[in-house]
Amino acid sequence: MIVAKRKPFDEIMQLLKGHRKILVVGCGTCVAVCLAGGEKEVAVLTAELEMARRLAENPVELGSATLERQCDREYLAQLDGKVDAYDALISMACGVGIQFLAERFPHKPVYPAVDTAGLAVNQDVGWYEERCRSCGRCVLGLTGGICPVTMCAKGLYNGPCGGTNKGSCEINADQPCAWNAIYERLKAQGRLDCILDLQPPHDWKDMTPRSLIQPGYKKPEKAKA
Amino acid sequence: MRLEYPSSVKVIFVPCTGKVDVIHLLTAIQKGADGVYCVGCLEGTCHYNEGNLRCRERVDYVRSLLQEIGLEADRVRMYNLSSGEGPTFAAYAKEMNENILKLGPNPLKKKTAGR
Amino acid sequence: MKSGSNLEKILKSGQFAFTGELGPPRGAHAEEVRKKAVHLKGRVDAVNITDNQTAMVRMASWAASLILIQEGIEPNYQMVCRDRNRLAMQADILGAFALGIRNMLCLTGDHCQFGDHPTAKGVFDIDSMQLIFMVKKLRDEGKFLSGADVDGRPQIFIGAAANPFADPFEWRVHRLAKKIQAGVDFIQTQCIYNMAKFREWIRQANDMGLTEKVYILAGVTPMKSLGMAKYMKSKVPGMDVPDEIISRLQGVPRDKQAEEGIRIALEQIAEFKEMKGVHGVHLMAIEWEHRVPEIAERAGMLPRPHA
Repeated sequence: MIVAKRKPFDEIMQLLKGHRKILVVGCGTCVAVCLAGGEKEVAVLTAELEMARRLAENPVELGSATLERQCDREYLAQLDGKVDAYDALISMACGVGIQFLAERFPHKPVYPAVDTAGLAVNQDVGWYEERCRSCGRCVLGLTGGICPVTMCAKGLYNGPCGGTNKGSCEINADQPCAWNAIYERLKAQGRLDCILDLQPPHDWKDMTPRSLIQPGYKKPEKAKA
Repeated sequence: MRLEYPSSVKVIFVPCTGKVDVIHLLTAIQKGADGVYCVGCLEGTCHYNEGNLRCRERVDYVRSLLQEIGLEADRVRMYNLSSGEGPTFAAYAKEMNENILKLGPNPLKKKTAGR
Repeated sequence: MKSGSNLEKILKSGQFAFTGELGPPRGAHAEEVRKKAVHLKGRVDAVNITDNQTAMVRMASWAASLILIQEGIEPNYQMVCRDRNRLAMQADILGAFALGIRNMLCLTGDHCQFGDHPTAKGVFDIDSMQLIFMVKKLRDEGKFLSGADVDGRPQIFIGAAANPFADPFEWRVHRLAKKIQAGVDFIQTQCIYNMAKFREWIRQANDMGLTEKVYILAGVTPMKSLGMAKYMKSKVPGMDVPDEIISRLQGVPRDKQAEEGIRIALEQIAEFKEMKGVHGVHLMAIEWEHRVPEIAERAGMLPRPHA
């Protein structure tokens, strides 16, 4: 899932300082699962903002709504008409959701309440670890299911570097060396031949904004005449 | 045992302090409570294994939120005792009451709400 | 001859090579480079010029390399993958060759987190293996990485590093083989202290026939003090300092530790000279350039051959 982290409260206060009617918009999918921007977090942020602004004698009118997904027009449509009553929106969705919200209501200032932190696994409640950088050309088949782009601090395709340190990365003893792990896993599977040959320079696919139409989903009737 | 504890304390029962969420504590302060404290079982003796540990984490988090907002962190506290310790319960209630008397009333009460 | 560099000629002629190292200053004074270089002139066959070593900004490696050329010393131009993408790298390689640089050392580079700009974006567009591959393609095929023709081929003697001590040890020799596959001509190893492990690594490399395909220069860094040895042992990732080194330094008075460190280095060099598969020594006397003449003399490395 996509994980995010709530922004520091002071930063949020700063973003919203000129606004008196604010709608806090949560997202019920990824950021709800990772406890950053779901219904609960919307309630906490709303309560915080209300109290802080009341204390500062600059009271604010707050509304809240948590959509099923902010990256989907179908759900964003639920806010149509509702946003007119507010001078600004603050979104607790990931960067994708925030942008789609802003695109839907281009006349309203839309602010982020979270910092999007990547594509991660759920290690435990409240504990997430990044696993994918969506590079666009997956090599996991060669690397024992361990991503060198994400899990190696240098994103090496021909690791490990000389800084691998007793199974840890040179940046931090708590960070496992991805290439050490790749080696160990492939060795256990008898597949070290996967990494014996030089991986040529990577053709980066994430250097331009990407869009995607799945096969069979072109809509010729929507093409401009 | 007919133990006395300050009448300002209103007890809300929960099945386990693990049930107490951040928003419960925050809403209490938002609505004008001068303080909130959670009384859980002794650490290591939770019937649900770690409920009281989770509660302590949430209390700590709410304390940090109060500071961000501009309120005193010490309006929210966590205490632990075993179910047989009536006198300790009363002592903690007294201690929290004194703590709140020292902090004074919740400043939010004097301010006008936005909504 | 691939490059015609002094280092290449010496290695090709079968003579035992001896290279040194110089870290460019954290400043704009060419004089600082010259001051260090004077100790190395005539004492080594080529001098590695580090590239933003430990991720600290320093005078550009190519610029300090050119200062060495002005001083009549052959540079070994180091390039890391951390600070530039494939366009900048190829441009720098062409420029370096045009101005007389003939040796290059292709490195991944330490992570930015270690340096003075820890939040900088690490580039790592390509890694050290792919950098070797790219330089070879420019040199031998006269083609850019994209496949387009280069006007003129940069005749560069291609070097790379090897760390025989990092884990997993069994993979180390395969990594060397991979660098050879990528097109490396010579290897300079990480500082060697664990001789037993190094002997085992070179034995594996000999057995796989790798030492026939690449020149290997054994890395030597004399310990200046017990403190340095302890720091290297515990704090420097990928460094293997056995207890016997620590106890040897502990066994002498503080003012004799530097001399003991040099003695250990000299013993190592003597063994490397006899070791099958080792073609030279790379002396990394970190901020100790002024001791290089003495070490070179005592190691029997002088005079250096005229290739």
